[in-house]
Amino acid sequence: MSSLRGQIRDFTHLRYKRRKLLSLFISFLLSLSALAAASCLISVFGYVIWKGLPHVNLDFLLSLPKPVGETGGGMFNAFLGTLLMVFLGSVVGIPWGILTGVYLSEYGRGKFAFLVRFSADMLASVPSIVVGLFIYVLIVKPMRGFSALAGAASLALIMIPIIARNTEELLKLVPNHLREAGLALGIPRWKVILRIVLRGSLGGITTGVMLAIARVAGETAPLLFTALNNRFLNLNPTQPMASLPVQIYTYAIAPFDEWNQQAWAGAFVLVIFVFVLNLGTRWLVKPTALGTRD
Amino acid sequence: MKSSPLPMNNQNTSVFEKIILRKDVRFADRVFFWITRLIALLLVGLLVSMGLFLLNASSLAIRSSGIVSFVSTSVWDPVKEVYGALPVVYGTLVSSVLSLIIAFPLSIGIALFVNELAPAAIGRIVGFLVEMLAAIPSVIYGLWGVFVLVPFLREYLQPWLISKLGFFPLFEGPAYGVGLFSAGLILSLMIIPTISSISREVFAAIPRGQREAALALGATRWEMMKLSVLESSKAGMFGAMMLGLGRALGETMAVTMVIGNRAQIVASLFAPAQTMSSVIANEYAEATSDLHLSSLALVGLILFVVTFVTSSLARLLVWRVTRSQRKLK
Repeated sequence: MSSLRGQIRDFTHLRYKRRKLLSLFISFLLSLSALAAASCLISVFGYVIWKGLPHVNLDFLLSLPKPVGETGGGMFNAFLGTLLMVFLGSVVGIPWGILTGVYLSEYGRGKFAFLVRFSADMLASVPSIVVGLFIYVLIVKPMRGFSALAGAASLALIMIPIIARNTEELLKLVPNHLREAGLALGIPRWKVILRIVLRGSLGGITTGVMLAIARVAGETAPLLFTALNNRFLNLNPTQPMASLPVQIYTYAIAPFDEWNQQAWAGAFVLVIFVFVLNLGTRWLVKPTALGTRD
Repeated sequence: MKSSPLPMNNQNTSVFEKIILRKDVRFADRVFFWITRLIALLLVGLLVSMGLFLLNASSLAIRSSGIVSFVSTSVWDPVKEVYGALPVVYGTLVSSVLSLIIAFPLSIGIALFVNELAPAAIGRIVGFLVEMLAAIPSVIYGLWGVFVLVPFLREYLQPWLISKLGFFPLFEGPAYGVGLFSAGLILSLMIIPTISSISREVFAAIPRGQREAALALGATRWEMMKLSVLESSKAGMFGAMMLGLGRALGETMAVTMVIGNRAQIVASLFAPAQTMSSVIANEYAEATSDLHLSSLALVGLILFVVTFVTSSLARLLVWRVTRSQRKLK
């Protein structure tokens, strides 16, 4: 009898050990997957710094591209082009996105709001190359030419759903009693929304806007056949315009070492720009007091 | 002062809108409501017009061959004006599925690691790093792919795989470096953040008590994850996978740069190919004939519809899962 009990004990002990071991093994695998992703990020980053940084200098930052074969030259036109198109896109995209977010959070109930919310999510998941196609048919073709305006429009189109959904999420965090307090004081609802609800979440909304800007600043596909590219400095928004991502793409697939180096240097600048926006907003904008649900 | 009714946010729609639209509500309030509503409507309009404009642009291609024969013809040759989308559809499907096979287990692993296993500080760092992976622009992945990943695959990994598994049609043929395999790898890197962040959301929606119950019954850590986390978030993980798939299907720049750009159907994963998005990126700006432009627009329309269907399914699934779980809490 006692030996049987002993056997059972040994058996369960063995099983327990096996289960414990399996658990440890799986935990090891899970850690490994996290490590794999992290090391890929470090590899991408490392190469961009290692190959890009040595070629970033004043000449690269402030001069125009040189023809093939000549050394030197830079991407000044592409930097300006990206800044200008992102700015033009933001002028349309930011107000549109924020107001849609306001509608969704302050009035958005029922079928129509569901439709808007769903459309915003769908718009956010449309491949960016399809956005480019749409803008080509909508703007480039009727205007009979590639233009920075078309490029900016495609960037705006990508920004809108991101900003809208983010704004909605943030405004929903504003506790209802703040709205009620404002309304009880006799403040018109639109003023309550603009002056109390929106202003209270300004920090978070700014973060969302900055993230959207960082996202579109790196977009290449929608610019390929809307803004096209331009080897010269151009500030006229109705003409084709260079942009940093498109320039990186063109230089990366070209068979010239000189251009490939410039692509890495451009990539370094782009990555720095995107990450400064990403990290800067994360640390600079502190969550506001309103950002907690009651 | 006129007493104005106060629609509260917890009222249901019909009552809410009826009150806001009443004549005795302040004029400015009604105007503001209509402005935001109009702008929201314009957003819906954007999505609808996107579909319609693409349909209009691709009408020539639809009329000349019909959608069914368009996607089942296996020759894509702009010089001879023959446009069959089968090779690019094949390229898109294979590269996306390959990327899912790699990325899905890894992403679930990362999500479990961050949410269930790692100490809070390490979890936060890993979560942050994965988020950064999502912030890198596509063209940078492409650049990295062209100059780092592709040479590595060509010189080391692919020859090794060919020598070990070359008898299998998927792994035969010369190691080009560029091709479906590289595209799948790059894509998997790009969809890991999507899948893992959605999975983390889904896991986080599971009540704490469920985990504690499993542990209290004597489950090991892994058994707890399996029983109370993975088991009850199958639908959510499926949604996350679909969202990742939606992203992989439409991803353009990185794929265009490493896939080799040859519209062909070859069994080997190491052969160059072409995807739906890469063919548009490569040929649209240079296309001159109307039929070519229209065929590319049709490829875009198909891509639009396919990503729309996958993402909407995934969205609805994830919404339902996280909402019902939150109610349980």
